[in-house]
Amino acid sequence: MAETTTLTGAARYSAGVLEYKKMGYWEPDYEPKDTDIIALFRITPQEGVDPVEAAAAVAGESSTATWTVVWTDRLTACDKYRAKAYRVDPVPHTPGQYFAYIAYDLDLFEPSSIANLTASIIGNVFGFKALKALRLEDMRLPTAYVKTFQGPATGIVVERERLDKFGRPLLGATVKPKLGLSGRNYGRVVYEALKGGLDFTKDDENINSQPFMHWRDRFLYCMEAVNKAQAETGEIKGTYLNVTAATMEDMYERAEFAKELGSVIVMIDLVIGYTAIQSMAKWARKNDMVLHLHRAGHSTYTRQKNHGVSFRVIAKWMRLAGVDHIHAGTVVGKLEGDPATTKGYYDVCREEFNPMRLENGIFFDQNWASLNRLMPVASGGIHAGQMHQLLHLLGEDVVLQFGGGTIGHPMGIAAGATANRVALEAMVFARNEGRDYVREGPEILEAAARHCMPLKQALETWKDVSFNYASTDTPDFVPVATAAE
Amino acid sequence: MRITQGAFSFLPDLTDDQIRAQVQYCIDNGWAVSLEFTDDPHPRNTYWDMWGHPMFDNPDAAALMFELAECRKVYGDRYIRVVAFDATHGWESVKLSFIVNRPPDEPGFQLERHERGGRMMGYTTRSYASDRPAGQRYS
Repeated sequence: MAETTTLTGAARYSAGVLEYKKMGYWEPDYEPKDTDIIALFRITPQEGVDPVEAAAAVAGESSTATWTVVWTDRLTACDKYRAKAYRVDPVPHTPGQYFAYIAYDLDLFEPSSIANLTASIIGNVFGFKALKALRLEDMRLPTAYVKTFQGPATGIVVERERLDKFGRPLLGATVKPKLGLSGRNYGRVVYEALKGGLDFTKDDENINSQPFMHWRDRFLYCMEAVNKAQAETGEIKGTYLNVTAATMEDMYERAEFAKELGSVIVMIDLVIGYTAIQSMAKWARKNDMVLHLHRAGHSTYTRQKNHGVSFRVIAKWMRLAGVDHIHAGTVVGKLEGDPATTKGYYDVCREEFNPMRLENGIFFDQNWASLNRLMPVASGGIHAGQMHQLLHLLGEDVVLQFGGGTIGHPMGIAAGATANRVALEAMVFARNEGRDYVREGPEILEAAARHCMPLKQALETWKDVSFNYASTDTPDFVPVATAAE
Repeated sequence: MRITQGAFSFLPDLTDDQIRAQVQYCIDNGWAVSLEFTDDPHPRNTYWDMWGHPMFDNPDAAALMFELAECRKVYGDRYIRVVAFDATHGWESVKLSFIVNRPPDEPGFQLERHERGGRMMGYTTRSYASDRPAGQRYS
């Protein structure tokens, strides 16, 4: 990219309009400090706009700049506070789009506030006229910043210890139909599913407190179901009670009631906003509660590749914010999810350290500095017949949620739950024995179905169901084999 | 009833060959395997009794299978589980746990309800077996 000389002194600060790249927002020689926050944007400049100027403009508008020169800059250590675009690369095979790397000094941000971080990084710049489109692809969060956050209230390890469940994915189901059931009928679904073998059931994102079922009624019936299933199986069970509400006061009231009833987990939706999420994460840590996050609304800004915020960034923010579960895609189910890209999301949730992996959309090394791990949740259009693929693609520390795949079983909800649990245990068992379970998956399931009629019926019912559509959000880099040196 | 704690309770009871294969998988991953037993299978009874220490430097599942046979001789009428512990930083906890021995009869649990005001209910899960003193529960 072309070098641009930053103006200094009187030339820089005389009144008027300057190109952002001449104001100090483009520094191609800049070496990011270990303590800098780095953002990677995909920029699509308008016709005729120089990509370097566009990158500098994003750096400027997401830090100190306004559209014209202001003398009051000189009352500050403005060189430090200016974000610095330091690298602009064309996106491979995508004319008109560029990756812009921008470094921000740590002092630009309030510690432990996602609201403050996002107000800068995605606050103003996405409506910038000089850009056709803008997408925040990834962020590098320095250890000094990560350490200011609580992180997941419970984390994968402690969640497993509390639930006494080790060595296999957890199993859940969302109660269906998602709207309309009375509290009493709703609890019936919870009871059948947990008794049949699931670990969790779940409120859907839009189950709050509606005319057909108010929240207290739901909580009371659900906890009757949880406790009854627990006694009948000798196993700890849970149901994600959605405490999403109009105000923090309402959410705290609902969460307190869930705690009083002995629930091990409560749930919130992404749409409540970053500050509310952080508040609930603090509450969850204080009250020994696992906190499930449903990513309701994310596709409005994560799905299109040229504009918005990548879900990998949302996942990073949510690990900082402190939720314990996050929906992160199924790959094989009904919702958007390219396998390589989804792997990147899962790595963000579960690894202690993410090495740069361009093929999974991970642009930076990221050290999580002992923040707890976040349990990804796979939900939406999955069934028992896919168990080998799910275990292979998503691994062991994941909640697999079969809603329709449990409740839609021809022999009933408990049978559906049993089918899923048997399929899961049989697949983990086969993997541990060293079998080539991905290839032999269908045979392993057939064999398990010989001692489990519900699994046999599930495999017959859903044998031809798959969702094969092209993904919109795919990696820009494909690994190529290189000759060994 | 059949208590469904542990990773493989929904499968038919495991043969010794199957247990050995799972234990070897744990050892090959660098996890320390051990045995624990109890006659109080309450879902929140975290601390089952230990049958010796976790085997930290043991390369072969045969050692655990020997101990399992010994443990069954003494506590064959109780629950016995294999526990695999991973000391890797960031985990430092159990990685796999599964039941390898059950009492011949599992009477299960009673759910006691304590009515409180405002439709609130307090729940207590009580094992029928634990009505009797420790050591006499399943014999």
